[in-house]
Formats: sequence, C-alpha cells, structure tokens
Amino acid sequence: MRYLNGLLVIIIMFSGHCLSAETISVCSTCKIKSIKEGIKTAAEFDTLLIKKGTYKEFNILIDKPLTLLGENFPIIDGEDQGEIIRVTADNVTIDGLFIINVGTSYTSDYAAIRVVKSENFIIQNIVLEKLFFGIYLEKSNNGKVYHNKIIGDAVDEYNSGNGIQLWYSKNVEVDRNIVQGVRDGIYLEFSDNITINNNISTNNLRYGLHFMFSNDDIYTNNTFENNGAGVAVMFSKRIKMIGNTFRKNWGAAAFGMLLKEINDAEISGNTFEENTIGINIEGSNRIKYINNNFIKNGWAIKVLGACYTNTFEKNNFLYNSFDISYNSKLNDNVFNQNYWSDYAGYDLDQNGIGDVPYRPVKLFSYIVNRTPETIVLLRSLFMDIIDFSEKVSPVFTPDNLLDANPLMKRTK
Amino acid sequence: MLKILKYSFYDLMRSRWSYVYFLFYLALGFVLLFLNNDVSKAVITLMNIIIVLVPLIGTIFGVMYYYDSKEFTELLLAQPIKRSSIFLGQYLGVACSLTLSLVLGLGIPFLLYGLFKSNVIFDFSLLLVTGAFLTLIFTAIAFNIALSNENKIKGFGYAVLAWLFLAVVYDGLFLMSLIVFEEYPLDSFSLAATMFNPIDLSRTLILLKLDISALLGYTGAVFKEFFGTNTGLIISILMLLLWTVLPIGRLAYKAKRKDF
Repeated sequence: MRYLNGLLVIIIMFSGHCLSAETISVCSTCKIKSIKEGIKTAAEFDTLLIKKGTYKEFNILIDKPLTLLGENFPIIDGEDQGEIIRVTADNVTIDGLFIINVGTSYTSDYAAIRVVKSENFIIQNIVLEKLFFGIYLEKSNNGKVYHNKIIGDAVDEYNSGNGIQLWYSKNVEVDRNIVQGVRDGIYLEFSDNITINNNISTNNLRYGLHFMFSNDDIYTNNTFENNGAGVAVMFSKRIKMIGNTFRKNWGAAAFGMLLKEINDAEISGNTFEENTIGINIEGSNRIKYINNNFIKNGWAIKVLGACYTNTFEKNNFLYNSFDISYNSKLNDNVFNQNYWSDYAGYDLDQNGIGDVPYRPVKLFSYIVNRTPETIVLLRSLFMDIIDFSEKVSPVFTPDNLLDANPLMKRTK
Repeated sequence: MLKILKYSFYDLMRSRWSYVYFLFYLALGFVLLFLNNDVSKAVITLMNIIIVLVPLIGTIFGVMYYYDSKEFTELLLAQPIKRSSIFLGQYLGVACSLTLSLVLGLGIPFLLYGLFKSNVIFDFSLLLVTGAFLTLIFTAIAFNIALSNENKIKGFGYAVLAWLFLAVVYDGLFLMSLIVFEEYPLDSFSLAATMFNPIDLSRTLILLKLDISALLGYTGAVFKEFFGTNTGLIISILMLLLWTVLPIGRLAYKAKRKDF
C-alpha cells in the first residue's frame, strides 16, 4: 500500500505540473551544451533531454524536481574527479544515462548517483561502469531503483565501493538491476521496508547482497552467483527471503547465505546450489525454512550455536556432502517432512513418509569441524562405517536432532 | 606375449567368469538407476561401490587365476618363451577382461538411461577410468602376492589382508594420525598420505568432481592449490599411473628371477 501511495503522490504531482513543464534539450550542438547548464536554466518539473554524446562533467547537483532523460545512452564521464550526480530535491527522475569514471576516495564515498534526503525519486535504465560507489541513497525514502546495470572492475575490498547502497532509507524498491564486479552488490544499512526483486548480483568481491540493521525487508527472485562470500543478512529482523537463487559461492569463507543475529525471518522457495556452505546460521532465532532446495553444496546448513526455535520443513536436501552440521550437542530446532537424498529408510504404509527417522548430522561433520584436514577422507569406507555406527547409537550428535517424518519423494 | 594375453582372455571368457562379472555390473547399474531414477545420485552410489568392490574383485580374481593356471604356466615355462611375456600376458589377460566387464557392464545401463542427455557424463567417465585403474592396480598387486607365496591359503590371506588394509584400515590410521597431530599443519601430510593409497587416490580424484564445494571449505593454501586448480587432477592421475606401473614392474622383475 505504501508504495502505491508513493506512486500516486508522484503521479498527482506530475500531472499537476505537467501543464507548465517544458522539455529542454542538451547536446553539443544545442543552445545548452552541458547538463549543469541545463539544470540551471530548467524550471521545476521540467525535463532535461540529454542527447547522445559525451559529457565530461562531475559534481552535477540536482536541487529541484527534474527529469533527466537520456536519449540513446549519452555518456557522462567523470574523469575520476569525484562524485557525478547528487540529488537533493524530491521528485527527481534519472533515466537512460551511461555514467563512467567515478572518482575514488578514501575519505568520502564518491558515487555515480547520490540521492540525499529526498523523496519519490526514480533511477532507471542507468548503466554504470568504472565506478567507486554506484547508486547511493542516503536518508531518502519512497523511491525506485529500476533496471540499472552496474559493472564494476573492483580488485581489492579496501578501495572499492558498493553497487547500490541504501543508508537510512525507507520504502525503496530495488528491481531488475544487474550488479557485478563491485564490493557489495546491494548494501542496506538501517533501511526498513525495502523491496528487492529480480536483481542479478554476480562476481562481487564481498557480498552479493548485504543487510545490516535493516528490518521488515523483503527480497524475492534474485540471483546471487559467484560472489566472494555470498549473501549476508546480519542484525536484522523480520526479513522475508523468497524464491532467490544462490549459486557457486566457493571458498573457505563463502556462503550461499550468511545469517547472523537474524530473528523472525522467513526463508522459502530458495535454491542453494553448489555453494561451499548453503546457509551459515549464527545466533538466529524463530526462522522458518520452507520449500527450499539445497543441491550439491558442501554443507547445506551449518549451525554455529545460539540458534533456537527454527523450523525446517518441506525442504529438499539433494546430494550435499553434508546436510546439516552442528557444533554443539544442544538442539532446539525442528526438522520435519524434509526430503533427504541420503535417506535409506522405507515406507511400508505407503503414506509418502519414511517409517524410520532420518539423522541429518553425520559424525564425520564433527570430526571435520575439529580437524579440518580430515575433509580428504570424505566418502571413504571407514568414514561410512563410523557414520553408520553413530547413526545406530548417537554419542556425539544431539540425539533429538532428527527428522521424524522424512519424505520419500522430493517436494516440488 | 599377445598370444598368451589372448589365450588368458579367451580362457576367462570360456570359464564364464567374465560373464558373471559383467552381468553383475549390468544388474547393479540397472538396479541403481531403477531405484534412484536419477543419474547424478546413481553416480555417487556407484562411486562408493567402485572404490570398495572393484579392488576386492580385482584382488581375489587375480590370486585365483594365478593359482588356477599354475600348471599351465609351468608348462609354458618349459617352452622357449620369455618369462616376462608369460606373466605379463597372463596378467594383462585377466586385467583386461575385468576392465572390459566393468566398463561395459556399467556403461550399458547408464547409456540406456540417457547418460548423454545429462551433464554427469564427465563424472561418469572419470568413474570408469578410475575403476579401470583400480582393476589394473589390484590385479597386479594380487599377482605379486601370489607369485611370492607358493602356499595358496597364505597367498589368499595376504591378498585379502592387503585389500582390507588399503580399503579400511589405512583410512582409520590416517584419521587417527590427523587427530593426534591436529596441532601441527597437516595439509601437505594429508595430501601426501592420500597419494600412498590407490583407493584413497581414486576417491580423491572422484571427489574433485563430486564434492569440490566442500573440499574448498578448508583454508589451507596447499589444499586450495591442489583442489582449486587442475593440479589435483593431474597429480592424481600421474600417481595412479605410477601405482599401475610399479607393481607390474615388480611382477616382471620377480618373475624373471623366480625358481620354479
């Protein structure tokens, strides 16, 4: 509803001023040759039509409600001088620009587009290359970041910025963006009620998506692939994660998803495929994991303690080296009606639920936790024998950690 | 040598052992695929079988064949034939027929279940290659043991012990040593230890394909170099070759000097 209201506000405001709004063309042969000049001459709610060409400008300040519309992707080249566009007014739309060469600084976070304390902004169809920070929203609410392409060339974490960063921003929609090769693809700090849909975040140095102290956010249908450490959700409450794909995050500290101090979240319909660790959980409570697919991960789920009342239901665990790993003997989480590809039980009464409970934690995963080098003994006959004996009579693994109703067929 | 190889090969065919072995793998392949209905899962189960069963069958078959054909061997020794050709011919005859049964027996069901359509074709061929290597290695070890022991019971005992040691006990000792010395940097040691056991070596080779995401979870630089690049694959295959050549070399060497 809130977004609808926001949109309505935009529409009403635009329609109210449409009568007086003018279109000002900017190009090398026009009367107005630079974007800065164009902004200066424009009246509120005008449209700046930027024609194809290269504009070597930086520190462009948009301090009145304007629409910056690029025709055939005009290039704005910042020549590594600093920030390129700063928006300080409400109701600004930036559309169809190609921005390159944002300056790098260790003291101020130069961004290609920075929105400061503004409302109802729309940033769409922007292509960013050679950037430091991409789109930086600072204390700005009710906006939309739609269909942008951010291609960074970050090499080191310390001198690279984030693709899309939200800081103290609320009710923002981040949709259909492609972010790659930056530090964090999408970064949220103190930002509530954010919707992040259909984005593709790949090959980033650190996280594909990173939450910090942000509550009531929702992200759906995003793809996160081959990021340095996957997706991190930290110190946040009531986050919904639905239908996302986490793939190929490989490495010693790489996760499909890292949960740290997350409470009351819902994680459903996601696919975790070929990650070193599918989900790494630490100090997270009351989370519902429903209908997720864990396929060919090293560890599907690694639980590192202080995780209580989580429920895992109707998930598919397919061909993971380890399904679940625990580092303590205590268990307060519930596993119910999941499908485990390693399950070897039978179903005599044909109700689709195995008659023997499944124990997802192998003794070997404890040994690997203790002495990591033992990973080379994965799938050896000796390990299978001791895993089997542990399954028959649990000594090291929590004996209440079991799926009492394992499914016989994978859930769709 | 080729003549003897051919003779041994046909001898095994006639004695129907090759067929039994072939049919066993055929049935295994079909049952696995029928129960799992999923090629990628079947490959994992198959790996466990290949790593345990192939060496066992290779060992027992090798020892059995050697003792069985001993009289014939002695007859051949009376002829003007090079000793190395006699023994190598026999060895290759057994090893080749076993390998052929394995590859065909497992290959046919997987082909019928649409292996080419799935993306596990490389994993599967790697599986068959390691299976073939294991057959060659363990038949050679069996021939070596049989050659050094006149007593059939003793020979059999040693052969089974050798298999048991390499398949189970070795990993147990390996694990114990890793846990006892866990304070020390162990990554080079653990990789070296896998190299000294052909079964572990083949396992590692298959793990490189199946469980690479888990193997990369460990922080060590040596592991990263080994598992993260093609180095691991190349070194493992080279070591497997070495493991094949060494017992065969010893077989030829011993055969030349043995007093019959």
